[in-house]
Amino acid sequence: MLAKLSKKFFPKSLWVYHCNSGACNGCDIEILNVLTPYYDVERFGIRLVGSPRHADVMLLSGSVTRPTLPLVRRAHAAIPAPKIVFGIGSCAVGGGCWFDTYNVTGGGAQAVPVDFYVPGCPPRPEAIIYGVALALGLVDKKAAPVELKQVEFPIDAYERSKAWEDRNVIYQLLKD
Amino acid sequence: MWLMSKIKQVLLVLKPGVVTLKYPFEPRPAPKDFRGAPAWDHTKCVGCGGCADHCPARTIMVRDICQDIRVLLYDGSRCMYCGRCADVCPEDAIAMTEQFELATNDREDITQNLELFMLTCRRCGRCYDMEITNLIDRLDLKGFRYDSLQARTVLRRTSEQFEPRILRDTESFKRPQKLGE
Repeated sequence: MLAKLSKKFFPKSLWVYHCNSGACNGCDIEILNVLTPYYDVERFGIRLVGSPRHADVMLLSGSVTRPTLPLVRRAHAAIPAPKIVFGIGSCAVGGGCWFDTYNVTGGGAQAVPVDFYVPGCPPRPEAIIYGVALALGLVDKKAAPVELKQVEFPIDAYERSKAWEDRNVIYQLLKD
Repeated sequence: MWLMSKIKQVLLVLKPGVVTLKYPFEPRPAPKDFRGAPAWDHTKCVGCGGCADHCPARTIMVRDICQDIRVLLYDGSRCMYCGRCADVCPEDAIAMTEQFELATNDREDITQNLELFMLTCRRCGRCYDMEITNLIDRLDLKGFRYDSLQARTVLRRTSEQFEPRILRDTESFKRPQKLGE
């Protein structure tokens, strides 16, 4: 739905506002790397702008610390209405390894509604481009939840060990 | 003079040619030794919980839902891809893949759930030498563990014997709310 919306509302270009909310500058350097000629994102019409009032998209990096929380909320409110928020990096996605620290709110999703998550510490420039292309509907989503189960019949093995225990006299001796 | 400088510029630009990568439309593999998303091998895992003890971001949670079944949950949203879990695994059941295209619109997409069948060791319970020299920490996190998978929280609650009472109590755990949220 968001891909359709973005196609409708941003037919030509996304103007991006980069918001650092207490990141270590790793993600910020990767975001700047995306704008270099090698990963030229102006192919998709993406431009970095200095003011949130000119922007359609907010690139949020860093786990939102307590001092930056009101500022992040204000910057998000200043972006005109159809807006998308990208959480760039592990900190903005889930809080990083500071997710339950006293001075961190625990990820960008706690402060502003994040629409797309780009995990990585820091994410590769390709991963950021992939996230933007996913939002624009150019590529398919590859990540999916994984469920693994050890194939064994628990009750059977439990009974076998119980029978082995009963056969073995040493356990009877130990009980006395 | 002005024209000459422009011609010089054009010649300079022509020399390297086009360097822009056509990334999302053609694949670009990660470099060698790149650490992407970790992948569990459920056939090798013995469920010692060493990965959960060593994870700096505490992305791996262990919950014993009954005597024989242990559930490990990997919440990739805060993973730093440090490879510590793959390093510490005694059975090499975790491998760092080269998968980096993990962008999603749902945080549940980057989780892994592993259900293990466990037998209790008669000699030592469910133990794992954690390489922790702090004796108080060594006493913690041994035996049956009750982390909250819903709240994505590591609870420092363990018991030597499986206790349904603790399981019931920890089921509805809520992380304390912080000021300013």
